[in-house]
Amino acid sequence: MPEKIEGKVIPLPQDNIDTDQIIPAQFLRFLKKEGLGKYLFYRWRYDENERPKADFVLNDPRFKDGTVLVSKKNFGIGSSRENAVWALTDYGIKAVLAESFGDIFYGNSIKNGLACIKLPESIINDIIEKAKEGKLTVTIDLLNKKVVYAGKEISFEIEEYARRRLISGESEIEYTLSHYSKKIEEYERNMKSFVKTNFNEALRKLLEG
Amino acid sequence: MPYSIIDKIWEAHEIAKEDEMSLLYIDRHLTHEVTSPVAFSDMKKKGYKVRRPDLSLAVMDHNVPTDSKVNPTIDELSKQQMDALWENSKTFNVPLLDFYSPYQGIIHVVGPELGFSLPGLTIAAGDSHTSTHGALGSLAFGIGTSEVEHVFVTQTLWIKKPKQFKIKINGKLNKGVSAKDVALYIIGKIGTGGAIGHIIEYSGEAVSDMEVEGRMTLCNMSIEAGARTAIVAPDEKTFSYVKNAPLAPKGSEWEEAVKYWESLKSDPNAKYEKEIEIDASSIKPMVTWGTNPAMVIPIDGEVPYPSEVKDESLRAEYERALKYMGLNPGQKITDVKVDYVFIGSCTNARLSDLIEAAKVVKNKKVSKGVKALVVPGSEWVKRTAERLGLHRIFIEAGFEWRHSGCSMCIAMNSDRLPPGKRSASTSNRNFENRQGPGGRTHLVSPAMAAAAAIYGHFVDVRNVEISEVV
Repeated sequence: MPEKIEGKVIPLPQDNIDTDQIIPAQFLRFLKKEGLGKYLFYRWRYDENERPKADFVLNDPRFKDGTVLVSKKNFGIGSSRENAVWALTDYGIKAVLAESFGDIFYGNSIKNGLACIKLPESIINDIIEKAKEGKLTVTIDLLNKKVVYAGKEISFEIEEYARRRLISGESEIEYTLSHYSKKIEEYERNMKSFVKTNFNEALRKLLEG
Repeated sequence: MPYSIIDKIWEAHEIAKEDEMSLLYIDRHLTHEVTSPVAFSDMKKKGYKVRRPDLSLAVMDHNVPTDSKVNPTIDELSKQQMDALWENSKTFNVPLLDFYSPYQGIIHVVGPELGFSLPGLTIAAGDSHTSTHGALGSLAFGIGTSEVEHVFVTQTLWIKKPKQFKIKINGKLNKGVSAKDVALYIIGKIGTGGAIGHIIEYSGEAVSDMEVEGRMTLCNMSIEAGARTAIVAPDEKTFSYVKNAPLAPKGSEWEEAVKYWESLKSDPNAKYEKEIEIDASSIKPMVTWGTNPAMVIPIDGEVPYPSEVKDESLRAEYERALKYMGLNPGQKITDVKVDYVFIGSCTNARLSDLIEAAKVVKNKKVSKGVKALVVPGSEWVKRTAERLGLHRIFIEAGFEWRHSGCSMCIAMNSDRLPPGKRSASTSNRNFENRQGPGGRTHLVSPAMAAAAAIYGHFVDVRNVEISEVV
């Protein structure tokens, strides 16, 4: 993951875009995460005969090469499906700028190198306005926590953890295992007994009927 | 420093802190066939094991057929996911409640009823409605698939401690008003993003009076207000709910557990970043009219006029929602006819929900042209309901009596709302296309859904004759 992300803006000026819209449940039935880009915003992008809807922004030729999605409040609320993030990244989206994000979506995005940046309403509206003709490029500078567009430089706040992980792209599991395995073992030795004991046995009995 | 219940459980599970993140130990991990396959494949590739299969439970729920256990209707992709969960649970030694298990059901129904979920624990599952388990007094997090893998391999989760939001519900609920109406009322008030970044703690007289299953409905729906999760402090009602569950602690361990659970109440001066109080007596039966759960009105209300909405983007959203829903501003919600009625989902398919619906349905018939389904939340709920004879009430009225699963809440299997058709649904999301492409969903309580099935349109359940069923 680079320290800077640069790309053409795709405006999606709507509040409350939930993960069911980003990828419908029908496309959650696969066993892998690759190749979901074609289902991104499926019901908004295609009609019932699977023909592209002309009025949807992803079908507008001016935005074909866009890689930075800009939306409004509560982007990614709803279902925890990480497939929403996989569909965005597989399509080629590198960053989403919005006023706020659904918590689970936000967490999922960090783990897949999708930069989700929170910006104030006035800035979001300005970017959306300037992006209308399909000619606006933004740069997201993760190192200096700045968004640069149309000659403007806007600072943003991001959790240090998210910023670090977006830049490094390091596996969280490997990190936890190598730094905290001992602490986890120690915690398990001191667990309250009602949390762990008898549990196995009772469950085995139950499963065997 | 005074502690809230959230602080207490958090601190008891915090293994480490880095920047703003905490590493929390996870006491229970539930998994299902849809959000787990990618996690398991990656684990195979990297040679990881499930660290604590004994603290994990896999259940098939999202796309399982609900029509038959003998000759089920199932598509190839759904079958592949169910087969994959079966294989993965064998490979990784994770206990599984498969399609045929007498304890199969929706994970958020199964966890509490088996005693897998308990007060004071941290619980995680690859499903947003994991907040349901907070009703027992646990911290329960819905997580993505990368996190599912992290929990499997390390039994921990990196998570930024959310802010805390106290919602106190004072007074008593009116007759005919349920936890679902309370949840919809609150979401209508604070909005779909009103609790983003927060854990909600519910308290107050109406919450104390509420049975544990009602609290589950309340916590379940909190995700629809954007909450990271929700919790209700455990009390006597919680203890008696948990006590007879097969996996609950027994003997001296039960004593130890209860002693600990009793200490989990929030201290009197605990700090919350947000606090609101709600008057329970002002809540009426609610119906959603739009395409997110915050677009909701009381049963005696009318579909709103977008022209009266000041905020420009909200106005645009209202217009879009009305168009999708095929409704007109000013229309009385009681004039809106329904084609389908779905009583099911992790929100409202527990025994008490089916009882409330059956009380309305008894000795009546489903309105002509309405297709009505009851999909119990678990096979256990189904059996218990049958022992009480509830299935006969539903079947005689013209309802279909199904096996358990997520069914028409998420429409991954053949239980789907056809294009342009309108449902009264006890589920949790009225998003565009959620119950099927082009389907129009109105969220209601089980009693309100049952009443809509009988009358063919929305009616105020407070005016409907109620029969005793148990």
